[in-house]
Formats: sequence, structure tokens, C-alpha cells
Amino acid sequence: MTDTHTGPFIAAIDQGTTSSRCIIFDKDGRIVAVDQKEHEQIFPKPGWVEHNAAEIWNNVQEVVAGAMVKAKVSKEDILAIGITNQRETTMLWDKHTGQPAHNAIVWQDTRTDTLCRELGGDIGQDRFRQQTGLPLAAYFAGPKIAWLLDNVPGLREKAEAGDLIYGTMDSWVIWNLTGGVRGGVHVTDVTNASRTLLMNLDDLKWNEDIAAEMGVPMQVLPEIRSSSEVYGEVKGGALGGLLGGVPVASALGDQQAALFGQTCFSVGEAKSTYGTGTFMLMNTGEQLIHSESGLLTTVGYRIGDAAPVYALEGSIAVTGSLVQWMRDQMGLISTAAEIETLASSVEDNGGAYFVPAFSGLFAPYWRSDARGVIAGLTRYVTKAHIARAVLEATAWQTREITDAMTKDSGVELAALKVDGGMTSNNLLMQFLADVLDAPVVRPMVAETTCLGAAYAAGLAVGFWDNTEDLRVNWRRAAEWTPDMDPEIREREYKSWLKAVERTMGWLDD
Amino acid sequence: MARNIQSLERAAAMLRLLAGGERRLGLSDIASSLDLAKATAHGILRTLQHEGFVEQDPDSGRYQLGAELLRLGTTYLDVHELRARALVWTDDLARASGEAVYLGVLHQQGVLVVHHVFRPDDSRQVLEVGAMQPLHATALGRVLAGYDPVAHSEMVDGKREPFTARTVTELPALEEVLNLTRAQGYATDIEETWEGVASVAAPVFDRRRMAVGAVGVTGAVERVCSGGELRPELIAAIRDTARAVSRDLGSGPF
Repeated sequence: MTDTHTGPFIAAIDQGTTSSRCIIFDKDGRIVAVDQKEHEQIFPKPGWVEHNAAEIWNNVQEVVAGAMVKAKVSKEDILAIGITNQRETTMLWDKHTGQPAHNAIVWQDTRTDTLCRELGGDIGQDRFRQQTGLPLAAYFAGPKIAWLLDNVPGLREKAEAGDLIYGTMDSWVIWNLTGGVRGGVHVTDVTNASRTLLMNLDDLKWNEDIAAEMGVPMQVLPEIRSSSEVYGEVKGGALGGLLGGVPVASALGDQQAALFGQTCFSVGEAKSTYGTGTFMLMNTGEQLIHSESGLLTTVGYRIGDAAPVYALEGSIAVTGSLVQWMRDQMGLISTAAEIETLASSVEDNGGAYFVPAFSGLFAPYWRSDARGVIAGLTRYVTKAHIARAVLEATAWQTREITDAMTKDSGVELAALKVDGGMTSNNLLMQFLADVLDAPVVRPMVAETTCLGAAYAAGLAVGFWDNTEDLRVNWRRAAEWTPDMDPEIREREYKSWLKAVERTMGWLDD
Repeated sequence: MARNIQSLERAAAMLRLLAGGERRLGLSDIASSLDLAKATAHGILRTLQHEGFVEQDPDSGRYQLGAELLRLGTTYLDVHELRARALVWTDDLARASGEAVYLGVLHQQGVLVVHHVFRPDDSRQVLEVGAMQPLHATALGRVLAGYDPVAHSEMVDGKREPFTARTVTELPALEEVLNLTRAQGYATDIEETWEGVASVAAPVFDRRRMAVGAVGVTGAVERVCSGGELRPELIAAIRDTARAVSRDLGSGPF
């Protein structure tokens, strides 16, 4: 038995979309204590989503203190703090007062749709793709900065005067942790910077031309650093007493942190996180691969001075949220977990296919004119068949992303590491293995995002020596092996693709 | 219209009565409320009790609705919900114990494994979700038989196969095992199902304090036992996990 946690430890802060959390990990990568606090989701207009950055910083301080109390540790026991964060959420603050200039604009916010279209001009959404790896889409941070400067009175003047600084949540948390107005460091890491549409993927520097094009003054931008190095030490503020002097030593966007936490350190290793939506990232090593299949190219991580590791990213907009839709809008189940019970009551989908293109098709199609379809309906089909089709939709969409990754990278997927809430669905995980024709593996630590941030911070301070140390910590909790007749797989995939075909062109224009 | 069966009508009336405001009623209360002779009421109650629809409180002798009835009703706990709630805790139990973790529920005449966490080493293991285990010989089964009257009667009525020379199959001896299980709050199986393998399990309760499942660890005797007994720190870890899952299901403090 090894159930006693002995120090020292690493603390990881996960500043997420709905809550801020702090988890304290031991050297084996096991969780010692967790504290969590939700923050307000602000919806000023349809399609707009904001967070109060001051509330978030308060919550971060509370959960760090809370986790330390629960773990019964003091600062001598904490070797470093790591940060992972909701990606792309954008804010500006006054560097003299530390006051946010406006609520943070959350990644889901679509207010920059028009701006992105204008920036695309005749070339369209791929205008900056070669340099940044990203399409011009409302998610990304650059246009959000421009929107704030152009729409909130007085901000552009303050920015030009050098009083205002920009950051994603990693920058905001690090600046505050390291002293804020009294010498806080203004930095971001390569993974967060790779989501701004402002950073060159090849040299990992801000692209001044694109910044000028978007109207983002260079002086607001933070310094781009690696994902794993000491940015500074905790200083001042409420946490100064509790954690003063502890190194702040990592920053990674949440999906990249999960890739790191899943120890996908080799080329071709991939993880997929199944939440309301699904994000799949594949490590492509030091090679920067420009996708021909509608995937994003992004920085996976960079450890100190080592070469950056790139990744291909494919996202699926609707996975867990389709199960929620079945529960809340259709009322066919009373809890999300019941979808498995209902789906298990039949042998197959009864010929029904459900393509949840609720807001268009994402990777690899990128068709905004598509809308959801349930295809193949007959009198025979019951709600149980539809439940099955719901789960299968998540698996088939993963298959499509996987195929695109294989096509772009030339690397066949050896196994898929999964995490997130939907991994408790056994039927789905088995079906996923069946349609991918590859093993699906769930790790023992479900909190891969926080773990990734802890790993990167621990590496920076020598708590772990190298990535091999981290691999040793990775434990398999479950593995689903493919068990499907190849003929059936091909036939079903064909039917799925036919159903996808039927979603396109629903919207006119 | 054909005549209805009187005893079923009376049984239904009793269930309605027990489902009413006062949860526990004595035999004479029930008999007088329904205008029945005590002997008649007792006969019906005994039958309902046998089916698991009614339970009798051993101390007061009063009757209340039984586990099986709740299982039939809307409070039935979905096993997939159970797995989702147990996931984090069972992962941690596997990490802490270094052994494979199983979560089981009663299904027909045995234990259905609804969740399985691999032993945290690099060995090749196969996911056993969906497999069945016997009620009388495994720690998971004994927990269910010890805490759930329906599982108990399944064990009593079912075939109790001797898997090894050590398997307890005789009813009186098994009842002793179940008494001990209830008294100490966990069940064990040392080489009664498989040679060289031991298991220990504890009950998971829902918000009505019904035993809805059992969580346990299974491993090689050399690792999980010392001096012929399951190691106490392992038992403590399993009971902690069972309590944590129960708490997540809304069960009150123990």
C-alpha cells in the first residue's frame, strides 16, 4: 500500500471556462487535494459570453489556499506552481492599477464573426493560416483584442500610451501571482500564443504584420515563453504569505495540457478529451504540418530551450452536448449516464444515424450551411436505436478526425488515449475502439489537464528529471480493444458518411 | 368482468398503506387499517417480504417497503450512473492499493461487474465489464447478499457451486459469513472462487441507505493477504472508497 502522500508536491491551477480549480499532486502524479470554485457566465447579448477577470483572480487565490488547507501542506512542501487555462479567452488590463479594462471575452463568444470575415477579405478565412496554422474564426484571441480596443471607449488611447496590457488567462494569473502592479511578469506560453492568430508557428514570435493588420499594438502583447520554465516567483497579495517565493513554472492551454498529462510525448501519440465537445490532439513532433484536411496546426508544448513540439488539432463541436440535448430537450433520459442503459437495450442502431451538425459541420468539412439530421428512419426504429445513434455519432466523428490526422501526418494511430466525462460510458468506448480499429485507453488519473500543468512545472524545477519519468507515472485504468467485423465497420462508416452528406446545404446562402 | 384475485388486492392495499405518511407499521396496525384478521395480514406480509417488497425491522417487528419495490420504482439507480459516480474513487483505489478494482450490482442470480479498473502495472489485462460473479463465493457477492434481501434470497435459492476446496456452500455457514459481513461492514473471499486469489469488498449505499452495489479489490493472495488474513490497510482503503461513492450518491454520513 502506498496510500500516504509524502511531499514535496506540485500545485496546478486550472483556470477553466466554468470554474477555477487547484489540484495538488505528489511525485507519482496522484491527487492529494482539490479545490474548485465556479464563476459567473455573463451573457450581455445573444452570442456574447464574458467573464469577470477580477472575480476569476479572486477565485484562483481562494482555490489555491483551499487546496493547500485540504492537503495540509505549507509552502515548503510546494516545489512549483503550474497553470493551465481556458484557451483564447481574451482580456486587457491596466498595468498600473491591475484593474481589468473590461470583462474578458470568452472563447465561445461570436462577436468577432464580422471582423474575421472583413480581415479575410478576398482570400477568406485561410488568410493567415500559413503563418499561424489557424483559420480566421471568432474563437481566436487576436480579433477579440481588436474588438475591445475599437469598441470600448478610451482603450485604444491607453494601449497606444503603453498603459494597457493584453493576456489570455495564463498571462493574467501569472502576472498577478508574481506581484501584479509590483513587478508582475507579463508573459504567455507558446501554446496559448499559438491560439491568438498573431504568432508565427515556425519561429514562435509575434507576427508584426498581422498585428498591424488587425490593429493590435505590439506593446500590449506579452513576452512569449516556453511552456515549462520558471517565469517568476509568487510575490505579494493574498497568496504572498501562503506561497511567497514558490516558482511559477508552467503554462499550457487546457487541451495541450491534457496532451502533456496523457504523456503523448512521441510522434503519432494522440489524446481525445470527451466533454460537451471533443478535442483531439496528435503529437507531430518537431515537424510543423500544414493540414490539407481542415485540421488546425498548433504548438503542443515547448519544454524550456528544447525544440517546440507541434500538434494537429481536430475539434468536434457536439458530443457530450448531444447526450445533454437528449436529456434536456427530448426528455428521453433523465441523467446523461442513462443514455448507455437505453442504448444497450438494443443490439444496433436499427439503421438510424444521427449527425448533430447543430451549428454546421466542423473538421474536416467546415460547412456552416449544414444542420443536424437523423437519417435512415423506419417504423422499426425506437428511442433506444436513436440513443445508440447518438453515441455512435461521437465515435464516427472521432473516426473522421483520425482519418484526417492520418492523411495529414502519414502516421497511423496506434492507440487513442481518452479522458473526459464520456469515458465512463463503456458502450461508447467499445464502439470507439471498434470503429477506429485501434485500442482505446483510459488513464488512471482522470484530471489530465491539471496533471499536464503540474508535470510541466515539475520538469522546470527538476522535481521530475525528464518526460520518461512522467511516462512511468502513466497507468492504464482500462483498455477497449477493437472487436468488429471489418465488413460491418466499412458498411457502417459508409452509411454514416451518407448521413453526413445529407446535412450539407440545408441553409440557403 | 372476471373476479379479481382478493389476496393481490389486499397486498396492493398494504403496499399503498406502507407507502403512505408513516413508513413503518406494526402487524396489528396494518390488519386493523385494512379490516383484516391478523393471521390473514401476516400471511400476505410474509409473502411480500419473501419477494422483497416488504421488509420487517428486526428490533421493532414493524414493516416497511422493501428494497425490491424501490428497485422497480423510479428511484432505481441506473448502473451507468453508478459507474460514472464511482469512476474517480475507484481509479484512486486502484492507484492506492496497486490492485484491480471491481464494482458490482445484483443481476439475476449473480453479481454483474459494471466497472473494472485495471491493476496499475504494465501487465496485459482484459476489461471484465459485463462479466458475472457468483453471489456466494466472491466478496462482491457476499456484500450484496449480506445487505440486499433480494440478493440474499437469490443466493439461498440458487446453486452454490464449490469452486475450490475452500468454498463455503452450506447455508448455515454462509449465513454466518453474511452475519460477519454485516457486523464488520465488509466481506472477504480468500481462495474460495479462484485458487491463489483473494478479494475484499464493501457496500455502496444510495440516498435511501439501500445497498445498490459493492466495490472491491481482487488480487493474488501473496499480495493482498498477510498471515492468512486480508491486509487491514487494504480493507480500510476499500471502505473509504465505498463511503466516498455512497456520499456521491447522496447517502448520509455513516
